[in-house]
Amino acid sequence: MAEDTGDKSENRNRSTEEAALSARLQSLGERLAHQKGADRKVEAGPSSRSDPSALARGFRLSTELVAGVLVGAFIGWALDKWLGISPWGMIVFLLIGFAAGVINVMRAAGVSTGPGPRPQ
Amino acid sequence: MADPIHQFEITKIATLGHIGGHEIAFTNSALFMAITVVGIWALLMGGSTRRALVPGRLQSIAELSYEFVANTIESTAGKEGMKFFPLVFTLFMFILVANIIGLIPYTFTVTSHIIITAALALLVFITVLVYGFYKNGLGFFRLFVPQGIPIYILPLIVFIEVLSFLSRPISHSVRLFANMLAGHITLKVFASFITLLGGLGIFGIFGATLPLILVVALTALELLVAFLQAYVFAILTCIYLNDAIHPGH
Repeated sequence: MAEDTGDKSENRNRSTEEAALSARLQSLGERLAHQKGADRKVEAGPSSRSDPSALARGFRLSTELVAGVLVGAFIGWALDKWLGISPWGMIVFLLIGFAAGVINVMRAAGVSTGPGPRPQ
Repeated sequence: MADPIHQFEITKIATLGHIGGHEIAFTNSALFMAITVVGIWALLMGGSTRRALVPGRLQSIAELSYEFVANTIESTAGKEGMKFFPLVFTLFMFILVANIIGLIPYTFTVTSHIIITAALALLVFITVLVYGFYKNGLGFFRLFVPQGIPIYILPLIVFIEVLSFLSRPISHSVRLFANMLAGHITLKVFASFITLLGGLGIFGIFGATLPLILVVALTALELLVAFLQAYVFAILTCIYLNDAIHPGH
């Protein structure tokens, strides 16, 4: 019996020790994660400058808006010719084309990632 | 002053035959396309024949280009995108090598003609359409119907999405063509300033150093643009293919 209680108290001792150890581990892990996050933030500065995809994104912006407007204008012109509703097709589709161009630019710039709900 | 547009002129080298009254000619553009393809072939074959554990220069270039394109595809289109690796790699290498060959004086820049870039962009566009419908069936149309949009403005949004989709091959092709064309014209114009100013005597020669410095800087910039445009073309191909693979996202 005495042996048993001794065992128990030892168990309790061990469990409190383990709890303390795991708490320390957790806090260490948190601090490490924090430090890593800070490191990554520091790294992100210079590496993003030499990142080819950032430059590529800049080059994408140059034509996206124009392309949307051009396609809108062409569809509007073709509809006007085909249905004889000049100038309404041109007016409507130029505006829609402009909107499509703006969406293209926003997507290219990464403001809006694409159709669907906004990612968090 | 030298005509800055002259460098883009297509000249006939040989006549291959006639189809339907149209002459099929082997032009300087075709010649440089062939040079580009042979150059890529030589580079990749030369890089992969030795198969050394520690790669030499050629093998390094071949391995680097492979890994670069593979990483680009995986990061934008995921694992499933890798089945399009041959297409994207071919496009990337063709555009990159054609752009860089075009920077060598007296050569012809294949990618400065919109017919070439439009053909490449349409190839991608049609691949996306065919694969999208093949893989998703009519579910491919989900691409045009964003989620979480109120029903009363949905028709308008669908129109905008369709137009945005249709504008892709245009921006895809015009970007490459316009960058190459503008870059080469700028180089030519500044280079002709050197000879113009150099002919004005001693002060002209001093003045000519300014455009000379600019031409050196512009050549470096054009080298960057040559690589970046090939990269942009490849990454956009991946993004568009990603839409065909996962239209709902």
